[in-house]
Amino acid sequence: MPKPPTTLLAELTYRCPLHCPYCSNPVDLARAAAELSTDDWKRVFSEARALGVLQLGLSGGEPMLRKDLEEIVEHAHRVGLYSTLVTSGLGLTPPRASRLRDAGLEHVQISFQDSDPGVAEHIAGIKSVDKKRTAAALVKDLGFAFTVNVVLHRANLDHIGEIIELAASLGADRLELANTQYYGWAYENRAALIPTKEQLDAAEPIVDAAVRTYRGRMQIVYVLPDYYQQYPKPCMGGWGNVYIVVAPDGRVLPCQAAWQIESLAFDTVREKSLHWIWEESEAFRAFRGDEWMREPCRSCERKHLDFGGCRCQAFQLTGDARNADPVCIKSPQHHVIDLSAADVPYRYRVIENEVAST
Amino acid sequence: MKPRLWRLARVDYDPVRQRPVLLYPEGAMLLNETGAEILALCDGQRTVDDIAAVLSAKYGADVTKDVAEYLSALVERELVVDA
Repeated sequence: MPKPPTTLLAELTYRCPLHCPYCSNPVDLARAAAELSTDDWKRVFSEARALGVLQLGLSGGEPMLRKDLEEIVEHAHRVGLYSTLVTSGLGLTPPRASRLRDAGLEHVQISFQDSDPGVAEHIAGIKSVDKKRTAAALVKDLGFAFTVNVVLHRANLDHIGEIIELAASLGADRLELANTQYYGWAYENRAALIPTKEQLDAAEPIVDAAVRTYRGRMQIVYVLPDYYQQYPKPCMGGWGNVYIVVAPDGRVLPCQAAWQIESLAFDTVREKSLHWIWEESEAFRAFRGDEWMREPCRSCERKHLDFGGCRCQAFQLTGDARNADPVCIKSPQHHVIDLSAADVPYRYRVIENEVAST
Repeated sequence: MKPRLWRLARVDYDPVRQRPVLLYPEGAMLLNETGAEILALCDGQRTVDDIAAVLSAKYGADVTKDVAEYLSALVERELVVDA
């Protein structure tokens, strides 16, 4: 039997007021089926806690668009989950924020697109900075644990110093600076998003200095872009090892980008228990442990450090999810990693045929 | 140093694993009974030596080095801070 998972990411909806071109949600959002109901989510959270999940991320899309969010959070708190809301900040009004606090929400992450409002508007596809600042002040006033997260790419990486100052001025307890990972919309937009080596080299000492400066006041987490690494990231801490994602339509994924692995079928909480899906389903068993590995992973001394890297990326870039993540210099397909940039317009994230909340 | 838990971290008990656990934003760390005992003594008043003395007396052995190493690893991760 696999050990229990620790973390559940609940993607409550794919609907979102922002149109960020680096979103990891599926590109074909119109194909998404109806969202899970309030009662479905409550059942999923009860099952998750019984299975061993400790941490709950409430994400999307924009989770604030679920009118039942407070009720969902209240239930998560009651069953003993530590809840984090991952939001754009839009829709986080004073009454809703207070109700979420009362319901037991502990931690709020607000995304910012850039320190420069004009660039931020260009990235998100709408004006949002003032609303985000207001939401951040509210989160601080109510005493939530507060994280600012910023996805980095070619258009904002040069502003990293200002971005760090912005997060500090907002009183963030944590700052996540994550270079774009190329899944979903981000993969479509990779030529427009990928930073240059020079940008990354310039950013690194600024981040290092800030980590020291803000130590004890604001934790800074910096995620490098794996396309520029020699070895792949230890994706999800191993497939089916600690992490579960439930998509808006109830499909259960080992990672939020796994929907793109067309060779796998994903079970849904509408038909199966989370417990069964974690322990028995084909999708979760497919790459658990190391039996599935081929060379060069099978005999690699790093195989328990990075688990062969990312299965989604292996599928996306080599056509077979059992191959080594081609980010790895040992991968025979390493040459497919494309670092070429192009000044092309963003293809913004849109939902062509928006699904209704149930 | 007078250690106390990071403001945003709290110790909880996980009935599934039947173990204490440290919960904080974006993380969960399973604790053993000794770890939980050490953290329970991190009240921002006691020094590391005070904590070690309490536990050494309880176990009838000098655990100063173990306590110091345990707390130093948590300080490194910013889960324990100096009050």
